[in-house]
Amino acid sequence: MRIELIKRKEHSQLMAMLSPILAVGLTLVAAAILFVLSGTDPLLGLFKFFIEPLLDVWSLQEVVVKATPLVLIACGLSVCYLSNNWNIGAEGQFVAGALCGSALPILYPEFETAATLPLMLLFGVIGGALWALIPAILKTRFNTNEILTSLMLVYVANLLLDYLVRGPWRDPDGYNFPESRMFSDAATLPGIGDGRMSIAAPITLAVVVILALVLSRTIKGFEIRVMGESPRAGAFAGFSRKGLTLFSFALAGGLAGLAGTMEVSGSLNQLLPTISPGYGFTAIIVAFLGRLNPIAILVAGFVLALSYIGGEAVQASMGVSDKIANVIQGLLLFFVLGCDTFINYRLRVVTSRSSGEKAGA
Amino acid sequence: MKKFLKATVAAVAFAAASSAASAADLKACFIYIGPVGDFGWTYQHEQGRKAVVEHFGEKVETAYLESVPEGPDSERAIERFAREGCGIVFTTSFGYMNPTLKVAKKYPDVKFEHATGYKTADNVATYNSKFHEGRYIIGQIAAKQSKTGTAGYIASFPIPEVVSGINAFLLGAQSVNPDFKLKIVWVNSWFDPGKEADAAKALIDQGADIITQHTDSTAPLQVAAERGVHGFGQASDMIAFAPQAQYTAIVDDWAPYYIERIQEVLDGTWKSTQTWGGLKEGHVVMAPYTNLPDDVVAMAKETQAKIEGGWEPFTGPLTKQDGTEAAADGVRLDDGAILGMNWYVKGVDDKLPQ
Repeated sequence: MRIELIKRKEHSQLMAMLSPILAVGLTLVAAAILFVLSGTDPLLGLFKFFIEPLLDVWSLQEVVVKATPLVLIACGLSVCYLSNNWNIGAEGQFVAGALCGSALPILYPEFETAATLPLMLLFGVIGGALWALIPAILKTRFNTNEILTSLMLVYVANLLLDYLVRGPWRDPDGYNFPESRMFSDAATLPGIGDGRMSIAAPITLAVVVILALVLSRTIKGFEIRVMGESPRAGAFAGFSRKGLTLFSFALAGGLAGLAGTMEVSGSLNQLLPTISPGYGFTAIIVAFLGRLNPIAILVAGFVLALSYIGGEAVQASMGVSDKIANVIQGLLLFFVLGCDTFINYRLRVVTSRSSGEKAGA
Repeated sequence: MKKFLKATVAAVAFAAASSAASAADLKACFIYIGPVGDFGWTYQHEQGRKAVVEHFGEKVETAYLESVPEGPDSERAIERFAREGCGIVFTTSFGYMNPTLKVAKKYPDVKFEHATGYKTADNVATYNSKFHEGRYIIGQIAAKQSKTGTAGYIASFPIPEVVSGINAFLLGAQSVNPDFKLKIVWVNSWFDPGKEADAAKALIDQGADIITQHTDSTAPLQVAAERGVHGFGQASDMIAFAPQAQYTAIVDDWAPYYIERIQEVLDGTWKSTQTWGGLKEGHVVMAPYTNLPDDVVAMAKETQAKIEGGWEPFTGPLTKQDGTEAAADGVRLDDGAILGMNWYVKGVDDKLPQ
């Protein structure tokens, strides 16, 4: 007996709907098994991991705070990936944007006006976009592989940040410790409520809605999808491949830069040697979990953020190792991608006696 | 679905019951930068937590979060503990400083203890150890034992604590051999076994026959053992990883401090302080001297006794790398100068990353 994957003639609407539910179900079962193996109560573990964070205003806010940069970056990346531009360097664009956005409050701390914050955000967008345009221009002019160049620029951006906070941008009153001065109130993103949420969340929501409309309702959205699926057909329609590469990289970089500036301004209030726990890389996962659709990305970002907050909760309250939390997160991704296989493929069980087709939803 | 709901309800009930059932007088919580199994910095803090559990028994409940990255995640982790009823929260990495202060402002009734920082508040104390005292001793041992007269130093980040460690090591070495050479590799990480091992190999290739490190993994010592040279343990006694190669280790012993501070919270006498203990206070401990001839052990023990008696390795005459005087003969650098050190002493073969 053996099991075969057969390509479907067209993708299954039923599986497209069932797949995420199935994946979550399988993750819950696997997580329960893990909890049992590590000697903790599986029901309590699942509850603390997946449900409790949603029942409390504070942790709900924290989920939103964590999801915000992920969703914003993933939205930009989705445009890249839809149009077949493999931008892996959002982490660097996030940092480059944060650097440009932070230049104002660090170099001119006494510049405290109503224009401070909008200017910072603008600089952040421009910084991220320019950083992203480097691999885009290299690709369009010299046909370099953008996966490599965009990824390599992540390290450049991180080292630049490292250099600045240890050198020229170091806090003059900071005993030589590697951190910039704290931002003034005028350079701090206004908060919402008493938690750590800031207006970064509604800004991100607006970006999601606008991008969803652009992708589904406008000629630009059509261009992006056509060029991704069939560049030749797109060329006949008069769309420029190079133009779209520049556009999608600039957009993704701009949004990543905006996310970086908002994270620094709304949450850290200063530059540190590391300002991102890998948002730019995690956002790639979010983009694909959300199937490159802005609304679904919003959901995916929320679920992934929940898995971080939940993982921390089981660690803090039940003493479960953070490795277990990471494994559960990994399992979630594994099952989602695994179940998605069945949208385009179906199972066929071939027995030795009959080669007849059997179950395979 | 119904079954799932039932299970959920049961879990809620159980959660409520379990949180009500804790009978401890105080919950002490710890935030770690690395994994508890790093066998270095975080491992030693975890040993301190375990000592707390052992000392107080059921009177004190503990919890920890490991591998919490510095940055936005740390503020959430600290606040989580403050919200979950921790009476005292130990945040054990420099980068947690501003997040700790932010959370402390919101939770004035919770005590916070931040390791290696310099900012305090009414409910935020700081603590650190005089690791450089141990570095002076291992510098002396290195100069005695090295045949090439060169040691390799794997450094993490150019912050004052690391810089003063490098200086103390070289001062110790120079007290034995004035021409002793020190090569430095910066790995820009506290814990990266791969990078640390590569750095150790590069340093040995450049002629260093003693390896020491201000990073937290056991990798440099293991490389030293493989290559037949010697080294020192960092933060914890790493003898098990290199029984033939380790001379001694500078061990951070946080247990006495943790027990003392938690007792103060229980007694209601806790105050915001800035603690900086060393060999004398038992916060820095030298692991047993091994693989060494008797005269070197005697010298090390003599220096150790001198430091325990109140002598400071950073006592003049001290000359900076650029030749200017840092301290005149017999003048002892004050604590602030050591805690903010951003210059090399004469003889360091490196340019301080600025």
